[in-house]
Amino acid sequence: MEKNHHIVGYITNIWVWVALVVLTIITITVAELDLQMLTVTVALAIATVKAGVVLAYFMHLKFDKIILTIFLGIVLLVFLSFIVLTFVDYSFRTTAI
Amino acid sequence: MSTHVEHRDDTARKMGMWLFLFTELLLFGGLFLVYSIYRFANPEDFARGGHELNVFIGAVNTIVLITSSLTVAISISAMQQGNKKLVLQMLGITIFLAIVFLVNKYFEWGHKIHYDLYPGSNLFRALPPGEGLYFLLYYFMTGLHALHVIIGAIILGFMAWYVHKDEIDATNYALLENGGLYWHLVDLIWIFLFPLMYLIH
Repeated sequence: MEKNHHIVGYITNIWVWVALVVLTIITITVAELDLQMLTVTVALAIATVKAGVVLAYFMHLKFDKIILTIFLGIVLLVFLSFIVLTFVDYSFRTTAI
Repeated sequence: MSTHVEHRDDTARKMGMWLFLFTELLLFGGLFLVYSIYRFANPEDFARGGHELNVFIGAVNTIVLITSSLTVAISISAMQQGNKKLVLQMLGITIFLAIVFLVNKYFEWGHKIHYDLYPGSNLFRALPPGEGLYFLLYYFMTGLHALHVIIGAIILGFMAWYVHKDEIDATNYALLENGGLYWHLVDLIWIFLFPLMYLIH
């Protein structure tokens, strides 16, 4: 049997929820403003913060073994390189898709 | 408690779950990649498509999923402290919220299908190509996500059953944690789907 599992308190969980709700309200409010090209950047930045909070607290990455976070980092790196390579490919094409 | 030593590796169980979650992340990641390329190529059409969506329903569903993630997280904290009753209550609320999400989704899709906006319809074929792509991705991505909500709710139903049968308890709850991880993944994907689908300007 494994011991020393970190228990996330109820109060911590509720604060995480409050943070997520506040960030949701912010992202909707910001989208109503006319920020042109910045809109999608801000929306993705807020979504990334929200995802980080969910991963760290609700999904316990902050309290689990660091190897899981490293794994996730590698997966995100792979995904990021897919995006970069695809956009590089797309921007050098002469015919439209 | 039995007297023999139990051989169990909770870390490996969790690691296995994460490996599975990575495949899910890359599945949706591929769709997000398709989305970003086509949005980059058709910004106006995507914005027009996005305006057709009801931000209010999307926002309500966002809050519903965030809250359901909270109740799953609390159920795991409660299981670690041996509070079986609270675990079952929290899992019950989570499954209820999953159903609320799906009912909202039903009305949202139903409304569009009612006025003939679905892949293959006459209205759909008359749309500008970029807007057609937007709605194709909208239906596919939110549909695949909704499928995950259904599967997640079923998984949590099994978890509640195991907790009820004491097969998951305060000393052996890795399965519940893994079920919770799946549910949080569903929330995680929606966190990106909501701004990308509903909040385009």
